[in-house]
Amino acid sequence: MAQIAIVDYLVIDDGAPHLRAWESVDSGALYFDRRNADANGGGTEFKPRKLEATGTVRSFTIVERGVPGVPVPYTSALIDLDGGGCVKANVVNTPATPNDISLGMRVQLTTWVAGTDDDGNEAVCFGYEPIA
Amino acid sequence: MSEDVWILGTHMTKFGRHGDADLIDLASQAALGALSDGGVTIHDMEVLGCGSLFNSMAGVGQQLQKQIGQTGIPVYNVANACATGATALRTVLLTIKSGEADMGIAVGVEQMGKGGLLGAGGKGDRGRTEYKPSGRYGSVMQVEGLVGTGLMPGVFAQAGMEYAYENDGVGFEQFAKVAEKNHAHSVLNPLAHYQKEFTLEEIMSAQMMSYPNTLLMCCPNTDGAASAVLVSESKLRTLSLEQQRRAVKISASVLTTDPWTERAQVQPDVNTLTRNAAVKAYEMAGIGPKDLDLVELHDCFATAELIHYDNLMLCEPGGAGEWIDKRGPWRDGETPVNVSGGLISKGHPIGATGIANIYEVATHLRGEAGDRQIEDAKVGLAHVIGLGSACGVHILERSGL
Repeated sequence: MAQIAIVDYLVIDDGAPHLRAWESVDSGALYFDRRNADANGGGTEFKPRKLEATGTVRSFTIVERGVPGVPVPYTSALIDLDGGGCVKANVVNTPATPNDISLGMRVQLTTWVAGTDDDGNEAVCFGYEPIA
Repeated sequence: MSEDVWILGTHMTKFGRHGDADLIDLASQAALGALSDGGVTIHDMEVLGCGSLFNSMAGVGQQLQKQIGQTGIPVYNVANACATGATALRTVLLTIKSGEADMGIAVGVEQMGKGGLLGAGGKGDRGRTEYKPSGRYGSVMQVEGLVGTGLMPGVFAQAGMEYAYENDGVGFEQFAKVAEKNHAHSVLNPLAHYQKEFTLEEIMSAQMMSYPNTLLMCCPNTDGAASAVLVSESKLRTLSLEQQRRAVKISASVLTTDPWTERAQVQPDVNTLTRNAAVKAYEMAGIGPKDLDLVELHDCFATAELIHYDNLMLCEPGGAGEWIDKRGPWRDGETPVNVSGGLISKGHPIGATGIANIYEVATHLRGEAGDRQIEDAKVGLAHVIGLGSACGVHILERSGL
């Protein structure tokens, strides 16, 4: 039994949970996915970059009709991270209503267990919660 | 410099649910209508561009030929997201511009039924018994709804809210006013899927899909087809005066994709490629946005239409909220937008939409739009955008004859 990140750009086994992007050595462009090359500058060399855990809500939507199996409503947001990078994730630990989420809101990374497989392994998900 | 290309004939089916017709029935109806409208036959066509996104592997163009005419001409089956129809038309246009053909036909068709929400993607195996990273993001389960949303109402809601973050005077009410306008416009369009006017209050209190987009601010899944016959200028001049009088000039045809931006790695950037396409199209046509008599733009969601006012430079920079507040895009406003009812009311059969927008503009330029006619329309713009992304912008001008 172990914990495993829901996506590989969430790092949970190296200190506090954080996101890790692939940074193009040539252009500084950041990516979360496995790369063949840099879509910005064309280079093929990348290095891992630890991203900050805090940021600002740049945009959001409150999803009230989603896919089967995922409870609604939930808030999906685009978050500009302090120090660079942008991520899409849910805003959690606050009600999913327009009165409780605002553009420009300050948020911080948080994690939780999203499920357990038949071998007892836990999938760790990430999102952002308001900074009190 | 290659010669100009004109629209000789165009047609669209009624958009809606066509359970009694199949994909090829709809494509045939549109194609035969466009040929008849142009006063030509399939035997005059030298190229066929056929767009159908959901059936991109089915050889729809060849299936269509087997119903309306197997003349042996080249067929290009096209799939390019929601810009599929516009891309099919542009394929024919480029073939004519290259000198390989004098005349060709573009057809866009889609049969969507009640397809549900688009864009879920990802793994469909929630509840799997073994968490094992896979794919480019190394995900161990479906992430839709857990790590943000990729559903279309949400993606375009976030695009609209990003505009609200960057500009004053934009909120739920401004987005809802877009739908209020388009539903009001649709009442005059007998080809629209829905022709029903709603009050602003009804729109804002309708079932919420993805804030701020309510159900009445989202385009429906729709069946339908549209077609256009294109002709070179030199060939057009050999045709009858009536055909020349009704022909519509394609002053600009532009297709763009999204250049790299950092935020577009996590959320499609529908702005930059639209703005790039608009700039190039205005330059190509030698006009500016103030010269437009009408615009048909890609209002898949109300939030999308509002930001495209700015992307197409129909309003002052950052002023889309103020523009809808002062009714700038209404049919009696500064620049009428989506007088067809837009995708929100007319419907969005993906492969057909790009040509249907061109059909609408061309019909006004010919003075043949009936009750919804924009009086004395001379120049119009048709815009579509497909996520991934692809953007098509066409500027049309009426004949001087």
